[in-house]
Amino acid sequence: MGHFVVRRLAGAVAVLFTISVIVFLIFNVIPNSDPARRLAGRSPTPALIAGIEEEWGFDDPLPQQYLTTMGKIFSGDLVSYTTREDVDERIVEGIPATLSLCLGAAVIWLFFGILFGYLSAVHAGGKLDRVLTVVAVMGISIPVFWLAAILLNYLSYETGIFPSGGYVGLAEEPFEWATHLILPWISLAAIQIGFYSRVLRSSMLDVMNEDYVRTARAKGLSERRVMTHHVLRNSLIPIVTLLGLDVGVLLGGAILVEALFGLNGVGQYAFESLESLDLPPIMAVTLFGAFFVVLCNALADVAYAFLDPRIRLGGSAQ
Amino acid sequence: MADQPKPPAGAAVAGRGPWRLALGRLTRNRIALAFLGLFALIVVFALGAPLWAEHVADTGPNATHTLEKVEVDGEAREVVDPSGHPVGPLWFGADGKFFLGADGRLGRDEMVRLMYGGRTSLFIALTSALITTFLAVALGLLAGYYRGWTDTLISRALDVIWAFPVLLLAIALGIALAVGGLQIGPLTIPSGSIWIPILIIGGVLIPYTARPVRGQVLSLREKDFVEAAIAQGAGPMRVMLGELLPNLASTIIVFFTINVANNMLLESALSFLGVGVQPPDASWGTMIAAGNDLITSAPLLTILPGTMILLTVLSLNVIGDALRDALDPKAKIRLEAHAGLAEPEGTPV
Repeated sequence: MGHFVVRRLAGAVAVLFTISVIVFLIFNVIPNSDPARRLAGRSPTPALIAGIEEEWGFDDPLPQQYLTTMGKIFSGDLVSYTTREDVDERIVEGIPATLSLCLGAAVIWLFFGILFGYLSAVHAGGKLDRVLTVVAVMGISIPVFWLAAILLNYLSYETGIFPSGGYVGLAEEPFEWATHLILPWISLAAIQIGFYSRVLRSSMLDVMNEDYVRTARAKGLSERRVMTHHVLRNSLIPIVTLLGLDVGVLLGGAILVEALFGLNGVGQYAFESLESLDLPPIMAVTLFGAFFVVLCNALADVAYAFLDPRIRLGGSAQ
Repeated sequence: MADQPKPPAGAAVAGRGPWRLALGRLTRNRIALAFLGLFALIVVFALGAPLWAEHVADTGPNATHTLEKVEVDGEAREVVDPSGHPVGPLWFGADGKFFLGADGRLGRDEMVRLMYGGRTSLFIALTSALITTFLAVALGLLAGYYRGWTDTLISRALDVIWAFPVLLLAIALGIALAVGGLQIGPLTIPSGSIWIPILIIGGVLIPYTARPVRGQVLSLREKDFVEAAIAQGAGPMRVMLGELLPNLASTIIVFFTINVANNMLLESALSFLGVGVQPPDASWGTMIAAGNDLITSAPLLTILPGTMILLTVLSLNVIGDALRDALDPKAKIRLEAHAGLAEPEGTPV
């Protein structure tokens, strides 16, 4: 077990390093443009550009530049040249909103994804299955930000059922926190509900053909018990794997949804920085976002290995 | 077979190849055919843009009509009223001019922009899907055929791209290239060119196709026909292109279709965020972004381009699913291909 954890975490560290190199290359080394000019924002003065060049050491050899860049991002003295704000500080401030959005959306999509997938599989080929299939394929095909814009217009601006955006802290007013987040949660969850219900459906249909399901039926268990205890449980493995992979999808979606609902989280910070071509925040968000995803996946794998010995044994046999 | 006339004695029974069989299955799938028709209509709609612009609307996609008036049933109306509100759909009230109204303060013809935007969005989605699929298949073939360190190198590189959140990576590349454009050797792509989003979208989604292709090549590589080809003296190129590639055809077709759908969604998101298609060029994503500023007074400007994306992506997803059913009826993988779950044993590193 310890062996597996060490190997998995060492792999993650290697990926983290490669990711940091790629982020560095994207922002500092892309040819045909002066990196200092890009960092400086939309309308820089020559003095500012010269200052940035000096500060970031763009004349240094590349490995030195890499160290300077990473040092700036991780030590917390990365500054936006457009707004003069401390980038890491802004990111930390945005985390509660982004976390509320992402966790809530994940809970909603898991619940409805599993519910729809279960109903679809139990009634495979029937009317309900067909209706849910249409709903799922529609869900997969909707642009997230468009759904958010439409929901916002019709359920908030026009009818006033929900507040029109903004973020209220959970600790201050839990009820307001939830009402402000319902539409963002739905927008972010819609695609994934369709997707997860399809995955669960096909996974359940596979499991239904297994011998142990026949055995469960043969020993006289009720259909419902067979479905929930024997089929559904064993079909959830791909869902758990998917959830690990989709942390990245959540972060990407958060940028789009936060921008529309003005949630003031990390995603909206990224969106505002994009609009003003403000590079340092984008650099930090990209790096931290990718790091977060890699660490989540590594932790998920380790947790997995605790639960399922086949994984760690299969892993060390390689 | 019972309803088929018996072949006359002595006549050879005509065999039906796998492609014929697949085509048969596809044409029996009425829902898929309906969506194929819908997709064809959307393509015709987009390709017809210059015709409509020239002969009906009499304006270009980027031509502004801010201070002009348009004659509706003998009565002159402002394209954009003094408060900045654009005229709504006129249908054929002005002989097809401003069929769907104007697009905002600049008073551009919404219908013309919707058609040209469709051209841009479809072109980007198709071209980037070609790039994704081509590179993914090439990498998958090389990794799966040579195995060893070639495989390790390619797989690790794919793992790293995979580890990035797709949208974040695309945004990072988009904003880095938005300022100065790109120069690779003699090839210069100016900032604002649609080739920038095409290359970005084509690049970031490669692992989602390459990993399943690699997995399939690895298993095909063990088959007897490959060994036979090698024994006959076939070189690596011959085996990869002559033996392995034809066996990947159905996978490639299905992935290409789904890539077009996913790439269109990614393009619209990037354009909405301002790092995809650059103004004044229209794409459905930029049109949603522009329309969203006026959503309370003119919701149609947001609804229309979004509906076009939804219909296009929906029809491509249905077609992709139907192709998979037709080409490989026993396949277990359906929509999972979206998340790259096609290779279940691969732990995401």
